[in-house]
Amino acid sequence: MELRGKAHCFGDDVNTDYIISGKYKFKTLDMKELAKHVMEDLDPDFARRVQPGDFVVAGRNFGCGSSREQAPLALLNAGVGAVLAQSFARIFYRNAINTGLPVVICDTSLIESGDELLVDLEKGLLQNLTKGIEVPIKPLPSVMLKILSDGGLAEHFRKYGTFHLE
Amino acid sequence: MGKTIAEKILSNKSGKNAYANDIVVADVDFRMGQDGTSPLAIRAFEAMNGKGVYDPESAAFVIDHSAPSPLEGVSALHALMRQFSKENNMLIYDIGDGVCHQLIPEKGHVGPGSLVIGADSHTCTYGALNAFATGVGSTDLAAALISGKMWFKVPETIKFVCHGTLPAGVYSKDLILYLISQVTADGATYMAAEYTGEAIQALSVEARFTISNMAVEMGAKVGLMEADDKVMEWVQAHSNHKFEPVSSDPDAEYAAIKEYDVSQLDPYIAKPHRVDNGVPVGEVAGTPIQQAVIGTCTNGRLEDLTIAAQILKGRKVHPDVRLIVAPASRQIYLDAMETGALKTLVEAGAAVVTPGCGPCVGTHNGIPSDGENVISTANRNFKGRMANNKAFIYLASPATVAASAVKGEITDPREFI
Repeated sequence: MELRGKAHCFGDDVNTDYIISGKYKFKTLDMKELAKHVMEDLDPDFARRVQPGDFVVAGRNFGCGSSREQAPLALLNAGVGAVLAQSFARIFYRNAINTGLPVVICDTSLIESGDELLVDLEKGLLQNLTKGIEVPIKPLPSVMLKILSDGGLAEHFRKYGTFHLE
Repeated sequence: MGKTIAEKILSNKSGKNAYANDIVVADVDFRMGQDGTSPLAIRAFEAMNGKGVYDPESAAFVIDHSAPSPLEGVSALHALMRQFSKENNMLIYDIGDGVCHQLIPEKGHVGPGSLVIGADSHTCTYGALNAFATGVGSTDLAAALISGKMWFKVPETIKFVCHGTLPAGVYSKDLILYLISQVTADGATYMAAEYTGEAIQALSVEARFTISNMAVEMGAKVGLMEADDKVMEWVQAHSNHKFEPVSSDPDAEYAAIKEYDVSQLDPYIAKPHRVDNGVPVGEVAGTPIQQAVIGTCTNGRLEDLTIAAQILKGRKVHPDVRLIVAPASRQIYLDAMETGALKTLVEAGAAVVTPGCGPCVGTHNGIPSDGENVISTANRNFKGRMANNKAFIYLASPATVAASAVKGEITDPREFI
């Protein structure tokens, strides 16, 4: 899977309240509606600026906080192609894979907002086309790769009726 | 090779001889979802072509985050949960029953050695009962409702040994805020935390829940404790199930062992907007506050309400402060009525809201205004957490919140003890 887009940079410890605030997420299952408010408390213009396929780029512990799956779903519905971070909080990481949002662990320290990036999940490589730099990405555990390649956990269950991972 | 509690429980439930970093598919003893996560789980269940809930008596929905419903949209999602649970013969705890992380232990659904998943990040609370309990998302919950199973990466364990005796006026909340400030918000990410040592053993089971509840605030998957006599007594008083306590082996392998002497610990405060931004109360004493909150899955238990009532007895909430109290469950509400703690709080000027999450997550029950400072017994102080990104949230123990509510500014509770 090859992904291409522009970087939108954020800092460390971006929590799920910042990705989508609790004041919105309890009201609706309409993810397009939630997507209008994605990252609002950190960057009120983000939802308007983000283009389909763009990347959210962050530091450590992206997605810490609550278990709300509305967080990866709001990012997906805002058009975000993948999240790149130094590390992820574990529930967000699982939820992202389960819902089909690619999450990439790599060194993000040299990426700046606006950089054009190319991510190859199979090759495990991130190319920063703007800066001409290549960075290796940490491979997904095989279980998660299986779920992601099935199109998420719902598709996996639709196909097998239960966990079919071993 | 010896095993940690996490390795033993996941071995027992998967039928494998599992160690840290192994992947297992394990049988889950109890599954839970709340009103912020269950509606999406129902959608995922439908997308998976789910035909029914596996062993529906070991699965529950809890309506606690927006309860009673403050909005039409929320009401529709609550109706969806009620309909699904009825069709599938699942348990449902509706408005006024309480917050999920009080109800699941209180109703006897979890105990030593249990494996529990909940679609709420603070599911780690039940680790205080020696259960491997962890938060998941809605799609994982749907998969577990259908299959009764879940996949896990067996976590490494980081052990926190707390020596000494907590001083008077210093509580389990202060201890966990201190530990989180020491290891930071991702200090235990992907790992199991084990909390042990004489300072933990000296705590009541209620006080221990506060510590395990906040394990996720250091990134941990679970916040485990040993099942001592206090735990066994507590569980026997709440459940008819048979539970097998699980202990770590002496030669179990740990990612790290961290030792602390807590005998000199001060009351602790997490400053805005990070849970790991903890300082001794003295550093922020005198900060004016406009709202004080006692409750939530962290600190809404009888012991918490009693400690607050002892400070507020014969005193009044400061005229510039709103004090909001949310008992963690209907039973606690009744117990606090019985003991008089609730009467004391109400006489002092508290506004008591429905048992449940209260104002913690910004859905209702006390949204702060721009520029206001809130002192709360909750577990998160992120910007915007209480639905206003221009408010400031300080986290503290029930004693510190009560003392601060009286003086109208952040206050060391030892002034009142």
